[in-house]
Amino acid sequence: MLNFNMPRYEIIRNEKKCINCKVCAKQCANEVHSYDEADNIMRADEALCVNCHRCVLLCPTKALTVKKYPLEFKENANWTAEAMNEIYKQAETGGVLLTSMGNPKPFPIYWDKMLLNASQVTNPSIDPLREPMEIKTFIGRNPDKLEFDGKGKLITKMPPKLELNAPIMFSAMSYGSISKNAHESLARAAAELGIYYNTGEGGLNKEFYKYGKNTIVQVASGRFGIDKKYLNTGAAIEIKIGQGAKPGIGGHLPGAKVDEDVSATRMIPEGSDAISPAPHHDIYSIEDLRQLIYSLKEVTGYKKPVFVKIAAVHNAAAIASGIARAGADAIVIDGFRGGTGAAPARVRDNVGIPIELALAAIDQRLREEGIRNSVSLIIAGSIRNSADIVKAVALGADAVYIASAALIAMGCHMCHSCMGGKCNWGIATQKANLVKRLNPDIMYKRLVNLVSAWNHEIQEILGGMGINAIDSLRGNRFMLRGIGLNDKELEILGIKYAGEAI
Amino acid sequence: MLKEGDIRIPAGCAISAIIDKTGKRFSGNDIIQSIALMHERSNGLGGGFAAYGIYPEYKDLFALHIFYDNLAIKMKTEEYLSKHFEIASAGNIPTRKVASVKNKPLIWRYFVRPRIYIVQDGYLDEEEFTKRCVIRINKEYKGAYVFSSGKNMGTFKGVGYPEDIGDFFMLDTYDAHLWTAHGRFPTNTPGWWGGAHPFTMLNWSIVHNGEISSYDANRRFVEMYGYKCTLQTDTEVITYLFDLLIRKHGLPIEKAITVLAAPLWDEIARKSPELKKELTALRTVYSSALINGPFSIILGFDKGMVALNDRIKLRSLVAAQKGSKTYVASEESSIRVICPEPDKVWSPKGGEPVIVYLDGKGAKKREELC
Repeated sequence: MLNFNMPRYEIIRNEKKCINCKVCAKQCANEVHSYDEADNIMRADEALCVNCHRCVLLCPTKALTVKKYPLEFKENANWTAEAMNEIYKQAETGGVLLTSMGNPKPFPIYWDKMLLNASQVTNPSIDPLREPMEIKTFIGRNPDKLEFDGKGKLITKMPPKLELNAPIMFSAMSYGSISKNAHESLARAAAELGIYYNTGEGGLNKEFYKYGKNTIVQVASGRFGIDKKYLNTGAAIEIKIGQGAKPGIGGHLPGAKVDEDVSATRMIPEGSDAISPAPHHDIYSIEDLRQLIYSLKEVTGYKKPVFVKIAAVHNAAAIASGIARAGADAIVIDGFRGGTGAAPARVRDNVGIPIELALAAIDQRLREEGIRNSVSLIIAGSIRNSADIVKAVALGADAVYIASAALIAMGCHMCHSCMGGKCNWGIATQKANLVKRLNPDIMYKRLVNLVSAWNHEIQEILGGMGINAIDSLRGNRFMLRGIGLNDKELEILGIKYAGEAI
Repeated sequence: MLKEGDIRIPAGCAISAIIDKTGKRFSGNDIIQSIALMHERSNGLGGGFAAYGIYPEYKDLFALHIFYDNLAIKMKTEEYLSKHFEIASAGNIPTRKVASVKNKPLIWRYFVRPRIYIVQDGYLDEEEFTKRCVIRINKEYKGAYVFSSGKNMGTFKGVGYPEDIGDFFMLDTYDAHLWTAHGRFPTNTPGWWGGAHPFTMLNWSIVHNGEISSYDANRRFVEMYGYKCTLQTDTEVITYLFDLLIRKHGLPIEKAITVLAAPLWDEIARKSPELKKELTALRTVYSSALINGPFSIILGFDKGMVALNDRIKLRSLVAAQKGSKTYVASEESSIRVICPEPDKVWSPKGGEPVIVYLDGKGAKKREELC
């Protein structure tokens, strides 16, 4: 059958520079490049290219460039090339369009419509190079108040908490969706940074139990790889109800990525698709959630905080309040830009709401109900840099989860093709020859570098505001001003417009 | 121009206080002289005083000091007051004509007791009840402002230099065992009397020098517990923090101070395991009550006085002792002007409070923690 889809990318090879070394052919798991012996020339099947830049960066003579395919349709603002290509694809296959990573559509990015404050004259800015600057963060439940006996001794029993050296954690990415080496890099980086990484829903490889005290173990609807030992190995447990990239549906791991080791870790047959149910079949309501939270607390002796993660959806504020009241120690909200290893494109691109608005609404709602201080609030869903984190904390978050950013640090080039299992960077793949390209010794260091760099920037910005502990930034919306926002957006974000006084 | 409460106005300041821990009372002359010396630290847009022990004859009644913009709002507010309180005595607060003090509002004083049935039927104690009524008037009765609501204490404040305000309110005729004073240097203000300091709530009074950078984090925290920050000032939110921590949550005052000017995590790490646990609990449970940015504050309350700097001492604060009296002020000179040869003068470290309990009134009998 004739393929109606044109290639998405054009590969330009500078013949003068190319030395026919075949590195591109060896590096490309999509088999774009090949050597034509008859003509002694490298050729490319552009239709297979996903634009991951692997060949471009590894080409020793820098002979390669990848560009957007220049073929254009007759101009049409409604029937765009993308809209038409998707129809060609579905007409050909009869399938759901699958994609990966976060929502790429041009929806507003509210982080970029908020500006931060700094001190001038009336109070001094603080220099983090010369003064203490605290970004240590605790995650967990708080009692309503502290009580002391007559001698001034604390009698209130404190619930379990996680201590973070920075308000940053690595978000859930399952072993299976990403490689063992990627997991190892995350685990080692979390341990070195004094933060936490999250196993995702795919269980925990036995070799990584040693990083348990920096690990958050996830419990999702598929219950992959869960037993008592797994639950007790982590420092905290996260119940995954939903994910920003695909609210309302369960996880997808194609059977191609379920090799022997993944199968053992997930406790499922080798090669079988791992499709988590859309809901937890023991949670059809908020009271059911409470039971799962307390089952997990029972099995871990009330020693570990239990998080509940939901996707940012329209009624997130009320749901978050219910989660807090159901006994969760932390609420995790994943915005609609959050990444994924595989999701239906229609769901990823159309379901859920921006994390900034969800966060602002939830923090405000929990305060109106007087329960914000009793629970931690963690957000996820496309934190791109340290300024996003500062703005998130000012809106009311305790900490953020990063995942896409962590993958980018390890080489991800956002080609949105994780579901194919042919990640040339050794991240979203289980193919041994690809996985070994990701060297944990190097990659964990890059993760440490990234978070350390962000920590410096957060401290610099905090100092500029005249704040020397991140506690004083949390929910401090006076530090934010909106730009290019309408009244409703300002109202939901709970901030003033740039130019309005304090 | 928007007035305080509609807008947040940063201000620099001078503060001063004198306490006699034996409870012996003395006139307002000294405190006026002390704050007057720091004339340059104010700009004539606000001055005020708090005095403890001034109403011994009404010591069991709440003394409400109220500013009214006009007679109409006075009548409306009094209707509300008499519905909720038995009014034992009411009248003008006596003032003296001072040339530089202009545009004075109607200034009234009421000695009141919550109506018994209200307190008995509800589950509120009389403090909580009175606090809610005060917050209600300040929020909903436009043109009326309760600026003092404690027992056997009172606040006197207005637009002008503090020494002129002291003269205006005839503070030389009052005797108190604790005086605090404030001279204000706001960056801009419409000159609203209610916006001057001290800020008080029930028996708490605060004078404050600084501009806290944690304001909105603190505000949104206390507002979860029924407070409403109508003035948008640092002083107001700090007062509510003290009220919440000490009165509502029952924290000992030293622990409350540990919350507001928390030790650094590095310091906490060096403490004994038990102390570490306690400090970590205080810092995490009350992390939103940490006051950040420069401040020096003097807190007056029925049991004594606390003076406190931010934890990295970004504002000046000096303390001195002479006999049974303790002095604190923004500048040493304004202590020496009234007490030329103190027994001891020191500069308290950041986050280390000067606490003076009245004899026999403190949970523990001690003068200071530093």
